[in-house]
Amino acid sequence: MKLTNKDILGIKELSVDEINLILDTAASFIEVSTREIKKVPTLRGKTVVNLFFEASTRTRTSFEIAGKRLSADTINISATTSSVVKGETLIDTARNLEAMNPDAIVIRHSAAGAPHMLARMVKQSIINAGDGAHEHPTQALLDMMTIKEKKGTVSGLKVAIVGDIAHSRVARSNIYGLTKMGSHVIVAGPAMMIPRDIARMGVTVYNNLAEAIKDVDIIMMLRIQLERQQQKIFPSLREYSSYFCLNRQNIKLAKEDVLVMHPGPINRGIEISPDIADGPYSIILDQVTNGVAVRMALLYLLIGGQR
Amino acid sequence: MQQKKVVMDADGIDRSLTRIAYEILEKNKGTEELCLVGIRTGGVFLAERLKKKLTSIEGVDLPVGILDITLYRDDLRLANKKPMLGKTDIPFSLDNRKVVLVDDVLFTGRTIRAAMDALIDFGRPKLIELAVLIDRGHRELPIRADFVGMNLPSSLWESVVVKLMEKNGVDEVVIEDDNQ
Amino acid sequence: MKLLLTGGRIIDPSQGLDANLDILIENGKIAEIGKNVHKPKTDSRKSAAREINIVDISGMIAVPGLIDMHTHLREPGFEYKETIQTGSEAGAAGGFTSLACMPNTNPVNDTRSVTEYIKRNAASCNLVNVYPIAAVSMESEGTSLTEFMDLKDAGAVAFSDDGKPVTNSALMRRALEYASSLGMSIISHCEDTCLSHGGSMNEGFVSTELGLQGIPNIAEDAIVARDIIIAEYTGALLHIAHVSTAGAVRLIRNAKARGLRLTAETAPHYFTLTDEALREFDTCAKVNPPLRTLEDVNAVREGLRDGTIDVIASDHAPHASTDKEVEFEYASFGITGLETSLALSLRLVDDGILTLGQLILGMTANPARIVNIPKGTLKTGVDADITVIDPNRNWTVDRDRLRSKGKNTPFHGQAMKGKAIMTIMGGEIKYRDLP
Repeated sequence: MKLTNKDILGIKELSVDEINLILDTAASFIEVSTREIKKVPTLRGKTVVNLFFEASTRTRTSFEIAGKRLSADTINISATTSSVVKGETLIDTARNLEAMNPDAIVIRHSAAGAPHMLARMVKQSIINAGDGAHEHPTQALLDMMTIKEKKGTVSGLKVAIVGDIAHSRVARSNIYGLTKMGSHVIVAGPAMMIPRDIARMGVTVYNNLAEAIKDVDIIMMLRIQLERQQQKIFPSLREYSSYFCLNRQNIKLAKEDVLVMHPGPINRGIEISPDIADGPYSIILDQVTNGVAVRMALLYLLIGGQR
Repeated sequence: MQQKKVVMDADGIDRSLTRIAYEILEKNKGTEELCLVGIRTGGVFLAERLKKKLTSIEGVDLPVGILDITLYRDDLRLANKKPMLGKTDIPFSLDNRKVVLVDDVLFTGRTIRAAMDALIDFGRPKLIELAVLIDRGHRELPIRADFVGMNLPSSLWESVVVKLMEKNGVDEVVIEDDNQ
Repeated sequence: MKLLLTGGRIIDPSQGLDANLDILIENGKIAEIGKNVHKPKTDSRKSAAREINIVDISGMIAVPGLIDMHTHLREPGFEYKETIQTGSEAGAAGGFTSLACMPNTNPVNDTRSVTEYIKRNAASCNLVNVYPIAAVSMESEGTSLTEFMDLKDAGAVAFSDDGKPVTNSALMRRALEYASSLGMSIISHCEDTCLSHGGSMNEGFVSTELGLQGIPNIAEDAIVARDIIIAEYTGALLHIAHVSTAGAVRLIRNAKARGLRLTAETAPHYFTLTDEALREFDTCAKVNPPLRTLEDVNAVREGLRDGTIDVIASDHAPHASTDKEVEFEYASFGITGLETSLALSLRLVDDGILTLGQLILGMTANPARIVNIPKGTLKTGVDADITVIDPNRNWTVDRDRLRSKGKNTPFHGQAMKGKAIMTIMGGEIKYRDLP
């Protein structure tokens, strides 16, 4: 069993078998990160470029660690330090990178479809580390891995995703992944954060938190992008947090063994009250740990052998 | 038609393991600091069986670990099909231990090379010994087993398969001629 | 020098003509249409052959030279995207003998001098007739009107701020009244920019899946409705450009039923493609108004069938690769269309939406009437602008072989049926692609 495509552009393109392969492989990689010497020689001599056109500490670091633990050489290029700021186009950047012959390019970009464009232009494996509001496949994979680890399965669960669904790539990738794996996905947020026709993606839509999280197994809270308020997408953070913040009271509506997830970084007290974020329901830090394993698995599966 | 020949049956396997267990004790002068590490997947079951034998002989509980050498293979770059990655589980420190590495078949020696590299990433064993059920020859690296169940001269176009109850539902060693 | 087209099927909706006849062209004009127009004297065959060029077009269709009333020739100002020369070549290759070009150049065609520049340049290219459409407002900024009378005298055939809507309703009212007093139309690009702001494709299921900001149908519908209301009040001539939504078709149909002097056009991509074409983030399918849903495509086709939509225009919008080979959100809007327009439109005939006569009407006499040009007919005495079409020619769109500088076609690699094989302007063959 191996992956069909040379790239990981989105969860939409992955089959259930491929998702299972990635999750199982990632589970085996967890152990490597617990060793005293957290490094295996698997990708010795391979080069992974982290091409980040959008600020990110968490995802970039996670990819960097994943690459290094597999002995790959990882190079970080961020928009602020590269020639991107000098007006070089994505095409030029891609061609230049290709000429340096790396084995994989991890790309984060604020424009949806940028990784797809890159994948069409270069022969290297492209991993989408988040493109606009489109997809963030590695996040969804690590979320599914964490759910599977805690619940034993990713199917037959009720999962509520709460927040700015319209602008969230995490939401889209998780909707694709969780529905494929057989879970029931609920999305919730104020009307202006729910994109048109989202129900056709196979989800149930609510405009209030209480209905959304009733009897669910998992609650995924999304990060509210503070700049959206400047764009007048919603009236105020104060109002949002008083109606959509997950707290000690409303979490009782969910199943007793509910788990709370968040892709980070958290705006404490806005999406999640601090006691919930740090409390027993929270598996937020497990998500981070599994993030490294999932990214190791993808690098291994994509460039670990001959294609 | 493929020719099959059973070269060792269930009793033969059991007797070999019993002998190996005694040899391990003899060579290491007991079980102090001793541990077993089975290489996925055949070696894991053999390591468990050896542990049982050692326990019944000496009355001590030996630590057993599982090692998946996929990430250390030297042929990964060339492999057409990506081998399925399994979990490694060595829940104890290897520092200053006498490690008996256990595998089913010793062939080119490349698996053992990878296993030794992996072990050394886990700590600094006092020494590493190698126990195999079958040594079929054709070494490509300077590696030799300390404990051997059976030396089985084979040709390169034959394959030697160790079938074990735990995964195949039967205990036997079969030699198959792939050249037919 | 005479030119004789023999054996072809002549379709001229302007005079209700559809028959196998010969066309004789003399001194650049249509001299005669009829059976056996030319009878060479048996004794002087050789001298006759010298003075008359006889082209056998058996199995072909000859129609009045096609008119594209919505083209972007990009010159002056954006010569890297297209020039009047390359745009004219593309037009002739696509079967067009007349192009009306939009004013969103640099400088904007908001003064006599720009209009005259375009006319002069086009005349020296001498491949197709080029009719400038002048801006409604200075620099198309929507604040002050341009000099309609002066621009008309210079050669402008209509007014439009295409690319942008006229957001100021009072200015739109004055423009409609002013143009109408000159017997001219305002061509309205209908888009509520508050609703469309930041969008790069149709708003709907596909935009939701792709995470791209959408341009909702209501951005178009709202301004179509407003313009109809103003046109009804003023009684002025209004032409709605590039209709793409079911709602706009309905609004126009209702307005026409009330007797408004309203006309409308759509472009081939709006009756051919849906927003599903954007699944792979193909910037060549990024266009404004955006490709809509199947429901809209069907409504546009129905609008063409029942005459709600009068005209098929290409909305030829050539762009350079640097405008298109970028991230989807940053890519320019527009599809290069002159060379695929006819073949895509002929599919409507195959699909039973339009008769061949209705299709030709929408690409000849109807646009000629809206922009007031003495074209779109084969009546005796008019300029001999003729397009000869091989309705059965199979060909494949190859962007690298387009005459246009704009290679931005979403139809690259697609099989087409039907092609202009000869384009005649003023009696001269400007393009030929004979087998």
